[in-house]
Amino acid sequence: MVATQPSDLHEEHEHEHVHLPQHRHHFETEEQQREAASFGMWLFLLTEIMFFGGLFMAYLLYRNWYNPAFVAASHTLSIKLGALNTAILITSGFCMALAVWAAETRRRKALVNLLGLTNLFGIAFLVVKYFEYAEKWQDSHVPGLKFSIADFGKLGVDMAQKTQVYYSLYFAMTGMHALHMIIGIVLIFWYMVRANRGEFTEGYVAPIENFGLYWHFVDIVWIFLFPLLYLIDLGAK
Amino acid sequence: MSTIVSLPDQSTAALPKRNYLNAEHGLLSWLLTGDHKRIAMLYLISITGFFFLGGAFAGLVRLELLTPAGDLLAADTYNKMFTMHGIVMVFLFLVPSVPATLGNFLIPIMIGAKDLAFPKINLLSWYLYLVGGTFTLTALVLGGVDTGWTFTTPLSTHYLNTHVITTGLAIFVAGFSSIFTGLNFIVTIHRMRAPGMTWFRMPLFVWSNYAASILMVLGTPVLAIAIVLVVLERTIGLGVFDPAKGGDPLLFQHLFWFYSHPAVYIMILPGMGVISEVIANFSRKRVFGYTAVAFSSVAIAVFGFFVWAHHMFIMGVSNYSALVFSLLTMLVAVPSAIKIFNWSATLYKGSITFETPMLYAFGFIGLFTIGGLTGVFLGSLGMDIHLTETYFIVAHFHFVMVGGMLMAFLAGIHFWWPKMTGRMYPESLSKLAAVTTFIGFILTFFPQFILGYLGMPRRYHAYPADYQVLNVLSTAGATVLGVGYLLPILYLAWSLKYGEIAGPNPWQATGLEWQLQSPPVTENFTEIPYVDYEAYDFEWLAHKQKQEVTTVG
Repeated sequence: MVATQPSDLHEEHEHEHVHLPQHRHHFETEEQQREAASFGMWLFLLTEIMFFGGLFMAYLLYRNWYNPAFVAASHTLSIKLGALNTAILITSGFCMALAVWAAETRRRKALVNLLGLTNLFGIAFLVVKYFEYAEKWQDSHVPGLKFSIADFGKLGVDMAQKTQVYYSLYFAMTGMHALHMIIGIVLIFWYMVRANRGEFTEGYVAPIENFGLYWHFVDIVWIFLFPLLYLIDLGAK
Repeated sequence: MSTIVSLPDQSTAALPKRNYLNAEHGLLSWLLTGDHKRIAMLYLISITGFFFLGGAFAGLVRLELLTPAGDLLAADTYNKMFTMHGIVMVFLFLVPSVPATLGNFLIPIMIGAKDLAFPKINLLSWYLYLVGGTFTLTALVLGGVDTGWTFTTPLSTHYLNTHVITTGLAIFVAGFSSIFTGLNFIVTIHRMRAPGMTWFRMPLFVWSNYAASILMVLGTPVLAIAIVLVVLERTIGLGVFDPAKGGDPLLFQHLFWFYSHPAVYIMILPGMGVISEVIANFSRKRVFGYTAVAFSSVAIAVFGFFVWAHHMFIMGVSNYSALVFSLLTMLVAVPSAIKIFNWSATLYKGSITFETPMLYAFGFIGLFTIGGLTGVFLGSLGMDIHLTETYFIVAHFHFVMVGGMLMAFLAGIHFWWPKMTGRMYPESLSKLAAVTTFIGFILTFFPQFILGYLGMPRRYHAYPADYQVLNVLSTAGATVLGVGYLLPILYLAWSLKYGEIAGPNPWQATGLEWQLQSPPVTENFTEIPYVDYEAYDFEWLAHKQKQEVTTVG
């Protein structure tokens, strides 16, 4: 055992036990517990893929049907803000990866700080998203609540109406993504409190690892959403 | 009639001093429990409640259909009744029925584990189920919902003023309950098997629940997103399914049936697992073609994902895709038939005895076969045009779901009741209940096949007088069926206190669960067993019992 941060004698003592305090009695070994938790998380992510899969299916269908509407509506989004958010989210994911490393190498303070940074970038993403949504509201591009086809006159009325499907999908997809971000952010605050108590830097890193998987999954969803929603047929702009 | 039941001497027998039921006391020890057996009991109580609620709606529907005129219920009340019947029975009874009760109780024990992999998530899924149930009741109290359990757009999004959102949320939440149950089972079966418990030594009950879990985990999220989109369309007016905004209502049906067709396999597969256990035990033989039966469960799960559009043949899908879906639908009949034939082959030259679980299992085989074969009628494109949306389809899925699944559920409850409670149910009364259920069922639903073939549409509260005789038969049958379901709840409750002491293995069965005391202790095993015998190895059991006698004697 290599103690990299002999910060607290009590915690050191705890570690000398054969079983971690987090070891649940119905598992035979700690390895079995860790494998079960990680397998469970991957399965959960599989359900998430199916959840977003329904939306991607709808996107595939309607983009084929109403390509001109999708191209025109897509061009009303701000690529700059979208790209900024992509960068923010990737940075957040990088901090998360470092947080897992900090937990594995038992650096308590680094772990708390890195989780804090992950969260900060996550919140920054939502702030940018808020300004993007506000812009859509001002431009009357919110189907159902405040919508006008004034910006899409050259498509012809019929196709211009179809931009509503694009915006419906835009709000449904980015909205579901943002909901996952919010859930993640709340969880990170909880993990920060627990990490500060030193729960994850004594060899029990499974929760941080598994949450990391979730956070990266949410990142990856955005990596698909950004080109599909923002970068349609840029040459036609 | 011969029997294999062997109970301990009743004058000296007593329930084990320590077991999971008396390990802790007080309401909180149940509400905060992590023990899979206690959670199974919580589920059993709650799904029974919802079963009788759903049954009450069915009773009102049948009562209205007693006469041709729409006299008892107004048309819109009638619509609410069949909708609530469908929603409660499908999402709050059939989907969790066997997996969440028997599966929860038995899977860890059958594979030699102390609990499911995630006990807290297991408890969470029961609470999610309750939240879903509460939302459903709220929708009911507020005035109900009348979309039918299928929530077809644009009816559900544009043309109704009933409580679609509340009910949609109910199903969304209950869906997560089912996702977590499935996830828990898959991880447990992969990671928690006792040493020596290889995949092909697992009881077939575990295999079929595994297959159903795959469907829960992959299918349910698609229903969740479809419901989210319906709710968003009703609340703020997004237009993914709204033709006025360019959306396609048919897309909703694709997403809905992508879950809801596999969902019927979520409902039936665990029941098939029960039947495998019961048939093997009461014919004292290993299930014929164990591997084929195991893989047929997985095959049903895989094929089940590629047949959903057979619900939409008359909805305007292209002829070519209808052709492919029709073919794939008929392919599902192959693994289902493998099961039926292998169970029959298991019976062949077996030492069959007719205890109550076996009577229910025979009921299952007969009724499920009829239900399955009429499914092939409906899968044929030409026949489907005539039969779909008539009482034929109502009869078809009630044969599969009630005749199949509910029979299997009751077979399982009777089979494992001594293990769950430590006490036997009264044998002759339960046989009477099994026979009553069978007769009531046939009387209720067989006339509906004829009604549907004659052209009586489903979901109307009035009908031409020509159809009355068959409808009266059906309603009379439903009354008998109701008695058949009330009996078990009465005598099972009675047996909790007055039933005979069952002892560890009243059926002389081979499964790991029967080698433990009844009811088992918390955490099931004091020492994790080493499994060195195949499932349904009755010679191993005989050998073991002989050795026990010699050691004691």
